[in-house]
Amino acid sequence: MKLTLKIWRQANTEDQGRFISYSVDDVSSDSSFLEMLDLLNEQLVAKGEEPVAFDHDCREGICGMCSLRINGLAHGPERATTVCQLHMRSFQDGDTITIEPWRAAPFPVVKDLVVDRSSFDAIIQSGGFITARTGSAQDANSILVPKCDADTAMDAAACIGCGACVAACKNASAMLFVAAKAAHLNTLPQGQAEKDRRVLKMVSTMDEAGFGNCTNYGECEAVCPKEISLDFIAKLNRDYGKASIKAFLSGSDE
Amino acid sequence: MAITGLIMVGFVLFHMLGNLQMFQGPDAINTYAHFLKTLPPAVMWGGRLFLLAAAGVHVATAISLTRENCKACPTDPGVKERVQATLSSKTMALSGSILLFFIVFHILHFTTHTIFPVYKTFMTDLDGQQVYDVYSMVIYGFSNAWIATFYIIAMGLLCMHLSHGVSSMFQSLGLRNNYWRKTFDIFAALYGWVIFIGFVSNPAAVLLSEYTSLNIFPVQDVLLRLS
Repeated sequence: MKLTLKIWRQANTEDQGRFISYSVDDVSSDSSFLEMLDLLNEQLVAKGEEPVAFDHDCREGICGMCSLRINGLAHGPERATTVCQLHMRSFQDGDTITIEPWRAAPFPVVKDLVVDRSSFDAIIQSGGFITARTGSAQDANSILVPKCDADTAMDAAACIGCGACVAACKNASAMLFVAAKAAHLNTLPQGQAEKDRRVLKMVSTMDEAGFGNCTNYGECEAVCPKEISLDFIAKLNRDYGKASIKAFLSGSDE
Repeated sequence: MAITGLIMVGFVLFHMLGNLQMFQGPDAINTYAHFLKTLPPAVMWGGRLFLLAAAGVHVATAISLTRENCKACPTDPGVKERVQATLSSKTMALSGSILLFFIVFHILHFTTHTIFPVYKTFMTDLDGQQVYDVYSMVIYGFSNAWIATFYIIAMGLLCMHLSHGVSSMFQSLGLRNNYWRKTFDIFAALYGWVIFIGFVSNPAAVLLSEYTSLNIFPVQDVLLRLS
């Protein structure tokens, strides 16, 4: 395959950034999208040019590092697929492909296609955990979890924190991410003790980080590589409402 | 947003049902209008202020939400494709702004008669009592094709606004789940259409009576009597 790539190049956070066109030849339709970018970078390095910076790690679709907007869609044209699992057979010979970083105020561009997603880490640190004694493991099955709850928690826990939901949202809202992370723990018995505090803290950290608001637009769900459902956002709203009322009645913010 | 929306969603349904009394003839709508206008002032003004407050809070939260959203989304020089967002959901701010303008126009037009002060003079006899002639006012008002068309377009936008807004309401209040999702979405779309057809029936019937051989309302009689 012969392709024309329109890639966003930006030297650092302060740089204005611009699209630059490159052409790559001899791309195998069996190669992954990231392997195609590797090929381009090898060519750039051979010519003495700066390679294109992009995030990647496991290349198995489970780490959440890859983060490209391809032809206007987060993670490209295939549904329920991360960029690393996207293959060049999804494109045609001679195509022009536009490649951009996630764009959202809380995700500043570090370089080229790499964005800083540490605002997600801040959200997790504020409540995406359970406080448990560490040390020797408990007996198996000492806490019983109904199968349907375990399944729901697992569906939520599938979130890999890539940030495609934010990138696809016209409001740069992180609601789907926060909803998945909160629902994962709020559904399980182990997460009940800190449920209210978790929801309030994670939502307030999300707002402080400068993410936008959810207007029930649904694009996040459409691009999510793990197919996290909007129903989790409804659950987050429900849990947040309950926690806020309890906090108001008890006069504390936890 | 959801709670103030819910208040107005309830109001438009009653407003629409009230309007349908136009089809039962002049006495039905005039009796209804007279009943509303002679409610105890506390009830009437309480209701009006309650609705005004709901609308005010709805607009204020919409503006603050949009502001925050604009801040979160920096100018995007690239391309952005949409997969499943509906046209209604993408145009909430636009449809809402036009509806706000419409509501102000509508109140100045049919409630306070500020736009056409001649409306103030329409009176009729109801069971020996002189009451305001809403029936003739509506027919006279909609006999102007421009105004009737504006009302019909505004109601189309209301239908769009509701079809996204009503289903969003359930989501924002946390009531939606996998089991109820489809039902809520269908209910919202249906609600939007019912409101649209109910409201549009009046201006559409006046226009049809005026410009075609259909004779739903006595448009010519009303125009002759009032001019």
